[in-house]
Amino acid sequence: MDAKKTCDILIIGAGVVGTSIAYSLIPYEKEVLILEKNNDVAMGATRANSAIMHAGYDPRPGTLMARLNVEGNRLCEELCRKLSVPFSRCGSLVLAFSDTEKALLSDLLDRGIRNGVPDLRILDQEELREMEPGVSEEAVAALYAPSAGIINPWELCLAQAEVFVSNGGRIFFHSEVTKIEENEPEAPYRYTVTTGNDAYSTNTIIFACGTHADEVHALISEPDFQIVPTRGEYYLLDKSEGNKVSHVVFQCPNEKGKGVLVAPTVHGNLICGPTSEVLSEDIDDTSTTSGKLSEIKEKATRSVRDISWRDNVRNFSGIRANSTSDDFIIREIPGRKGIFEAAGIKSPGLASSPAIGPYMVELLKESGVDLPPKENTYTLTRKKIHFRDLSNEERAELVRKDPSYGRIVCRCEGVTEGEIRDALLSPIPPVSLDAVKRRAGTGMGRCQGGFCGPRIVEMLIENGKNIAVPCGSTPLPPAHLSIEQDADGSYLFVPRDAEKEVGS
Amino acid sequence: MSSYDIVVIGGGPAGLAAAKSAADNGCTSILLIERDTKLGGILNQCIHNGFGLSHFGEELTGPEYAFRAYEELRNTVDSLSDQAPGKNTPAVEILLDTFVMEITPDKKIYAMNKKDGYFEISAKAIILAMGCREKARGALSIPGTRPAGVMTAGLAQHYVNIDGYMVGKRVVILGSGDIGLIMARRMVLEGAEVLACIEIAPQPGGLARNVTQCLQDYGIPLYLRKTVTAIHGKDRLTGITVSEVDEKYTPIPGTEQEIECDTLLLSCGLIPENELSRKAGISIDPKTGGPFSSDVHETSIPGIFACGNVLHVHDLADNVTKESIEAGKAAALYVSGAASSTSDQAKNNPKVFPGKVVKPLASATSEDARNGSSASGNTDGDAAVQRMTCIICPRGCTLTVTLGDDPKVTGNACPRGEAYAIAEISHPMRTLTTTIRVRKEDGTIGRISVKSKGEIPKQEIFDLAGKIHSTIVDAPVSVGDEILPGVVATSGT
Repeated sequence: MDAKKTCDILIIGAGVVGTSIAYSLIPYEKEVLILEKNNDVAMGATRANSAIMHAGYDPRPGTLMARLNVEGNRLCEELCRKLSVPFSRCGSLVLAFSDTEKALLSDLLDRGIRNGVPDLRILDQEELREMEPGVSEEAVAALYAPSAGIINPWELCLAQAEVFVSNGGRIFFHSEVTKIEENEPEAPYRYTVTTGNDAYSTNTIIFACGTHADEVHALISEPDFQIVPTRGEYYLLDKSEGNKVSHVVFQCPNEKGKGVLVAPTVHGNLICGPTSEVLSEDIDDTSTTSGKLSEIKEKATRSVRDISWRDNVRNFSGIRANSTSDDFIIREIPGRKGIFEAAGIKSPGLASSPAIGPYMVELLKESGVDLPPKENTYTLTRKKIHFRDLSNEERAELVRKDPSYGRIVCRCEGVTEGEIRDALLSPIPPVSLDAVKRRAGTGMGRCQGGFCGPRIVEMLIENGKNIAVPCGSTPLPPAHLSIEQDADGSYLFVPRDAEKEVGS
Repeated sequence: MSSYDIVVIGGGPAGLAAAKSAADNGCTSILLIERDTKLGGILNQCIHNGFGLSHFGEELTGPEYAFRAYEELRNTVDSLSDQAPGKNTPAVEILLDTFVMEITPDKKIYAMNKKDGYFEISAKAIILAMGCREKARGALSIPGTRPAGVMTAGLAQHYVNIDGYMVGKRVVILGSGDIGLIMARRMVLEGAEVLACIEIAPQPGGLARNVTQCLQDYGIPLYLRKTVTAIHGKDRLTGITVSEVDEKYTPIPGTEQEIECDTLLLSCGLIPENELSRKAGISIDPKTGGPFSSDVHETSIPGIFACGNVLHVHDLADNVTKESIEAGKAAALYVSGAASSTSDQAKNNPKVFPGKVVKPLASATSEDARNGSSASGNTDGDAAVQRMTCIICPRGCTLTVTLGDDPKVTGNACPRGEAYAIAEISHPMRTLTTTIRVRKEDGTIGRISVKSKGEIPKQEIFDLAGKIHSTIVDAPVSVGDEILPGVVATSGT
C-alpha cells in the first residue's frame, strides 16, 4: 500500500457516513485518506440496521435531521443507480391500532408535510388491507409514505468506498486513531493524527466515527455531547417469508424509537426488528439475547400475524449511535479550525447519508477549505453484476462472454463464481469470508455458508497467493490459517498437531 | 433445446441409484445433472464406515459407497448400450459441474454450467434427488455473539475431511445427530478435545451404535435434556452457556453452566432441499419438508418423482438407494406409458414415513455417559453382567453379556452380535477411518480418505492414526490400494 503519510483531508471512519463524505469529495483536487480501525468498510452500524430509506416524517421539523433525511431519500435512487446498489422504493406504512394511534398518524402526516416528504397520505382500513393484505386485521389505519424504500446498506457504503478508491482515494485499515495533535504554526500541515503504528499529517480532519464519535472527539476536546449506544436486535427470515409484506410496515413510534418493523429486504428476505436497549458497559457488544428476540416475535406478530419464525435465517444486532442531542451533530468543531465531525448519526442516518456527504462538503467550503475542481477526469459510477437479478437471456449472454458466471457457488443466493472473482479483484479486496459476503452476497441464505464456505475459502487462498507476502517469516504458515470469518481475530482454522511442520 | 426421457437432478446416492434403476427398467435416454465436479454428493466427505451393509452386503465408507454406486450405474449403462445396437449415445449422460436453476411443471429444466452456458432441457419425467441441508444456527435462534468457530457439523466435516483444515481445538457438539456424533470422533482423532455432546431431547438423535463408537469409545460425555442458550466470544468462540430444558424444551433458568470452548458444531437436524420443487409448484409436506408423494415416489406433479433425502431425511444411505431404485423404476414405467400417473395419490394421501425407532440406550443418562467411558460399555450393579450396544449394524441391538468363563450373550438379533459382544469384553476391535496427505504429480499436497485394513485392536487406534497423519504418500492412489501397511485408500487421487 502507498506509504505516503500526508493528505489534504483525513476522514476517520469508513461507515456509510465516512464513505459518503469521501465519495462527495471525489470531484475536488484533494488528497483524501480514510483511516478505519477494522479490516473492512461498513463494520459498524452500517452493516447491521433495518436497511430502510426512511421517508422523513419522523424527525422534528426544522432540524438538520429532517432536512438531510428527506434530501437523502430524494438523492438515494439516483445514487444507487449510479453505483449499482440494490434499492427499491417500496413505500412504508405506519400502522395505527387504535383511535389514539390514529391521532398520532395525523401528527406524523403533519410533520412529514412540513419536512417536505412527498405524497404522504392516511389510508383507512379497507385501503390499507387492499394495499398490504399481510397486515393484521387489528390495524385500523395507516400512514402511507410512497417515497420510503429498502436498500442494501453495506453495499451502498462499499460502492462509495470503491469508487473513492478507484479515483485514487486511499483507505487504511487496522488504523485506530489514538492521538490528534496540533502542529507548530510553521509546520507544513496543521495536524498530526496518530494510529497504533503510524502518524499522518493533514490540514483537515473529519470524524465519522459512529458509536465512538464522542471518544474520538475527546481526543481533541471535551465533547459537548455523549453517544448513547443503543442496541437493536433483529430476525432475518428466509426468502420463503420474504413476500409476507411488500411495504415497510412500522408501528407508531414512541420515545424509544420507531418500534419494531416488518419489512422485505432487497435480497428477498423478511426483516423484523429492532429492539432498543442502551448499552452501558461494552458499547460494541452486538450479542443477541433470548429476551429481546422474544420481544421482536411478540411485537412483529402484532403487525403481521402469520410470520413463520422457524424459517429464521439469522439473528443479529446493530448498535445505533444515539446521542444526548436530539439532532445530528454535523459541524466544524468550535475552536478547532479544520476539524469537522458527523456525530450522533442515529436513525435515520442511513437514509440521510446520501445528503450528509454533500452537506459536509458545503461545511468545508464555508469554513474556507479550498476545494478546487479535480484536474483529471474522474468517475462517480460503478458497474456491478448481480447475476440473480438478470433475465434468462441476459444470463445466457453473460455466461457466453465469461464462463465463470456459469458456475453457481452459493446455491441459496444464486451467486456465481464470476461474481466472487469480481469481489476478490474489486478496488477494496475482501480479506474475510464476511467481506466476500458483503461484496458478492455469498452465504447470506438459509444455509449460511454451509455449502459455499469451503469454495470461498479456497478462492480467498488462491487470490491471496497473488498478493506479495513479507519476506523473512519462513517457513510460511499454511495459507488457510490466515483465513478469517469476519473481523480481525475471527480465525476459522487452527494448525493440525501432527502436521505442524509442513506448510502447503 | 435437447430433450431426454428422464432427467435426474442430483448425483449423490439417490440420483445414482435412480438413474441406474431407470436404465435397468429400459429407459435409454437419461440425463443426470450434478452440481459438484464429482459424483457421490455428501458421501464423499463421509469418510467413516457403516455404509453399504444392506445394499452391498459389506461395510463400506462413504466414498467407497459412492464409488460402488457409480460403478453399478456404469456397468448397467455399458451392458445396456451393448444391447441397443445402432445407438451410439450412452443411455445415461452425466453433466457434472452443472447447476439446475429452475424446473417447470411442464418438465422443462433450466440449467447452467461453464461449458454450455445457460440452457434449457425438456424431459418426459424428472427425478428430484437434491438431498438435504443442515439446520444452521439461524434456524435454532441461539442468542449471543456471532464469532467464528460456530458451524454445522457437516461444514466442519468438509473442512476436515476434504480440505484437511482443522476447525478447532476445544469442541462442543450441539445435537446428537449422526453427523455430530461422527464428527465428535473425527475431531478427537485429529487431536482436538471434544468436551461434550449436548442434546435437547431425552434420547440421542443419532444411531445407538454411533453413540457407542463415537462418544463412549472416546470418553465424550453426552448431556441429555440440555441445550446451548448463549454463545460467547467476539471474534472467535470463547465459550457457551448450557442450560437444562423442561418437557417443552424451554431452558430452565438457574441451570446455566459455562463451558470454555473454541468450536461449536451444530448437528440439529436436516432439511430436505426443495427450493426447486417449491418453485415448480410441487406440494410440500410440512411434516417431512419433502414433497407429498405416492407409493412410487411421484410428487403432486405427474411425471416428477423424488427420492432420497430430498423426499424425507433418511438415517441410512442404503435406504436412500432402496427408495431411489423404486423411484427410478416408476419414472421409467411412466415414460414408457406402462404405468399411469400416481400424482393424484400424492396430492390426496400424505404419506407417512416410518419414524426412527428410538431404542433405549445401554447407557442412556448423561451421568452414565460421562462416567461410563470404559472400553466396553457399562457394568450393571451386578458385576457379572455387562450391557452394551452392538455396533455391527445400524440396528444397534442392546446386548447383555453374562460374564464368566463361558460368557452368555442375550439381546442379539443375529450371530454377529454374539461374536461382537464376546470380542468386546476381551479384546474390543474397531475400524479406523481418517484421511492422509497425498503428494500429487504437480507437487501440491492433496488429501484422500483411508481406513484400517479390517478391524484393529481398539487401543491401537491412536497409534495408527498418528502414523497416518504424519505420513505423506505419493500419487497416484486408487480406491482399495494398501498405501501403508494395514492402511487402505477409500478414495483415489
